[in-house]
Amino acid sequence: MDLKIPSELIVQCMHCGMCLPVCPTYNLTLLEKSSPRGRIRLIKEVEDGNLPMTDDFVDEMYFCLDCQACQSVCPAGVQYGKLVESARIKAFMLGKDKQVLIKKLIFRFVFASNFVFKFFARLMGLYQKTLRRFIYKIIPDRLRRIEELAPMISNKFSDEVLPEVLKPNGEVKYKVGFLTGCFMNVMYSGINIDSIEVLLENGCEVYIPKKQVCCGSVMAHYGDIEMARRLARKNVIEFSRYELDAIVVNSAGCGAFMKEYGELFKEDKDKTLSEKAEHISKIVKDINEFLCEIDFKKPEVELDLKVTYHDACHLAHTQKITAQPRTLIKSIPGVKLVELNESTWCCGSAGIYNILRYDDSMKILDRKIKNILETKAEIVLTANPGCHAQIEYGLKKAKADIKVMHPVSLLNIAYKMMKSSGNFAVINYNEAFKNRE
Amino acid sequence: MDIKIIRRLEEIVGKGRVLTSIENRIAYSYDATPTFASLPDAIVIPETPEHVSQVLKLANEENFIVIPRGSGTGLSGGAVPLPNSVVLLMNRWRKILEIDSENLTALVEPGVITAQLHQEVEKYGLFYPPDPGSMTISTIGGNVAENAGGLRGLKYGVTKNYVLGLEVVLPTGEIINVGGKNVKDVAGYNLKDVLIGSEGTLGVFTKILLKLIPKPQASKTMLAFFKSIREAGKTVADIIANHIMPATLEFLDNTTIKCVEDYAHLGLPVNAGALLLIEVDGHPVQVEEEAEKIVKICVKNNATDYKLAKSEDEALKLKTARRAAFAALARVKPTTILEDATVPRSFVPEMVEKIQEIAGKYQIIIGNFGHAGDGNLHPTALTDERDKEEMKKVEMAFEEIFNYAIKLGGTITGEHGVGLAKKRFLEKQFNKPAIEFMKNIKRVLDPNGILNTGKIFDLKPRCEGRLPISREEIDKYSDLWV
Repeated sequence: MDLKIPSELIVQCMHCGMCLPVCPTYNLTLLEKSSPRGRIRLIKEVEDGNLPMTDDFVDEMYFCLDCQACQSVCPAGVQYGKLVESARIKAFMLGKDKQVLIKKLIFRFVFASNFVFKFFARLMGLYQKTLRRFIYKIIPDRLRRIEELAPMISNKFSDEVLPEVLKPNGEVKYKVGFLTGCFMNVMYSGINIDSIEVLLENGCEVYIPKKQVCCGSVMAHYGDIEMARRLARKNVIEFSRYELDAIVVNSAGCGAFMKEYGELFKEDKDKTLSEKAEHISKIVKDINEFLCEIDFKKPEVELDLKVTYHDACHLAHTQKITAQPRTLIKSIPGVKLVELNESTWCCGSAGIYNILRYDDSMKILDRKIKNILETKAEIVLTANPGCHAQIEYGLKKAKADIKVMHPVSLLNIAYKMMKSSGNFAVINYNEAFKNRE
Repeated sequence: MDIKIIRRLEEIVGKGRVLTSIENRIAYSYDATPTFASLPDAIVIPETPEHVSQVLKLANEENFIVIPRGSGTGLSGGAVPLPNSVVLLMNRWRKILEIDSENLTALVEPGVITAQLHQEVEKYGLFYPPDPGSMTISTIGGNVAENAGGLRGLKYGVTKNYVLGLEVVLPTGEIINVGGKNVKDVAGYNLKDVLIGSEGTLGVFTKILLKLIPKPQASKTMLAFFKSIREAGKTVADIIANHIMPATLEFLDNTTIKCVEDYAHLGLPVNAGALLLIEVDGHPVQVEEEAEKIVKICVKNNATDYKLAKSEDEALKLKTARRAAFAALARVKPTTILEDATVPRSFVPEMVEKIQEIAGKYQIIIGNFGHAGDGNLHPTALTDERDKEEMKKVEMAFEEIFNYAIKLGGTITGEHGVGLAKKRFLEKQFNKPAIEFMKNIKRVLDPNGILNTGKIFDLKPRCEGRLPISREEIDKYSDLWV
């Protein structure tokens, strides 16, 4: 495998420094090496052979959140995400990454198949319901903090209750595929249900491939490109079985990565696979993006709510989707959207960053929570499971009575209220989910 | 660098505040200047003026060079290290110490970010006008050291017009205070003006007292397009002749307009020879009146089209055309060399035409944009530093450009500073005694040449200290001393 980082990507950086003010890690250390500009320079020196892959270098690559806020302000259009991910892949493949073993264990065993992943999720769910309350007090502090990061496991996983094809009432306007995802499926299955109900409401026939797997973004972002390719390949094949107008994804990280599937298999020997991957990446849409494109049905019911919106990095910076979720939110009469200060600043979740680098992640989270509290909103809306869990955790720690929701869930509630004079209490996903069983 | 010196630096500022790892040294080997880089031996992070003073005293004792640095966004190499040097990192001095709304001043530490100062003072209804292109990250200390300009130069002036006082650590380690809150103050020499724009060669700022002004109540923005740079230039002249001082009076030439349109898709006419972005500010009534007059002047000068912003949002959209200029150009090729040759306002069209002619002669791409109102141009060469042949052509083109600017009574640098990048042109602009004057000031204040020595001009190489012993080392130094 060619691990060379293309020099065209590196020389595009003119080291002007415009990326420094938006970089969360630079703002923590105020050291140049923790900035995008500094990291690109380090990558350049490694590529030129002037610097070996030192521990410090590898650590710096993983200190980066890969939030890509720098890409949004870069005058020269440097593809920083690609650079830092390539460096991570290189470190991972060459065994320079000290966490290779634990990462391999997680990526290649826990995520190996839907079955194993769901088995672990079940185990976790069981633990949360039973053992947790007994051993919670006695487990070491550090472990406990990380344990708390995991949101409650849903009672039923969305892919288990959903059939392969769902038809809308009335005319079929679009045929869409739906990614159930890994975390969304087991921890926020309610959001998946909401997403599908919203799609059905908008005349979409929804296809949910039974054999789909995790999209592979976490692996790719943490250096294990081989595993990421294996998963992506499976998804490309599974989603190519249908004639689809779009593949709708409700998780920012997954959507961003699936839009790169074409690039991922561009050089693949299997030409039909590259073509399929190219096609898939073209029709992948974030759910906010898709709903706005099809001019979604506007709810005609008033919700008296004050909400704020946190831009997930992989939505705002990678996919450049910032207006659509806001359009969705503002379409609901009565909902008052208070803009969040530094809304595009990373929350520190960053895939599994909050587990691997808990302390750094918490410093970044504190800043986010402070900004959220200042809005005095009742609900924080965000469209990515990682951010969702992280912000929920931060709000709980701050003892703030603010709920976290996906914009689609809010839209679905409005749709539902339109249909019946149903009450607004069904805000808890697990509750909402139970009613559906 | 001798480990003993590192230990002594650690004694001064504390362990963990002297960085020597190769990763850190690489990360401080550059600033925003293309093609210049050199590894420092260490990075020192001082916390107090006393720390700075002691570091400088040690430098005099042990003969190493100190390079003060803020955010490293300078475009002349002012913060690029030299052989046998340590970087003095001031970016953690981020406190705004006082905003005095009676005397209209702000006392800040040198590491305060320019844009953050803007935000803070605007909360008091006040205004700090200098707005260099890198203001979202540039530090006030760096702005003062380079005497940074910005878009509002024509009406509001540049950084030097807003510095009232300084606390400075001199190269020999003494701490002095110059200036103060007095509007009028003629006691002794005007030392602060020697220190402003000294590019980190005469002292390290530890506190800066700035002048603020009331924030203008209203503003109005417009874009106008012209067939040629001549007509745009005539418009600029007419606006000023009508006694209107726009806060912003910026231009883009055809190359830049094309690049901006390619990049930002704003619907600009790509065959326009020039574009002017004009913003007037002040009292609402006066702003309306002036905007009307300017529209008339544009029409009289054959503007092919003009757009007047009706709302804040529209104004922002119009400004995007100018704001995106640098980004749009930077994307075209890997290396972007942004210069700042400046001429008296009336020569802007002539200078731009000359630059276009020179670009054609050497067959390189040079986009032109800049501050038409104050004559500060930004000829921007788009190239690739790996292409040695083209880099040579770029160098020759810029030499001609600077020569022509000087011929018109202009300057080689309007707002970036001389640093390393424009050292060799300085002698073209000044006669020998003038340069000797500068060198004498430097020699008196910094007898051992420890503070950013080698920037702006070369002093004669000194024979004390360690001399290079191998051919390689001599080559390494050759750029600096010959």
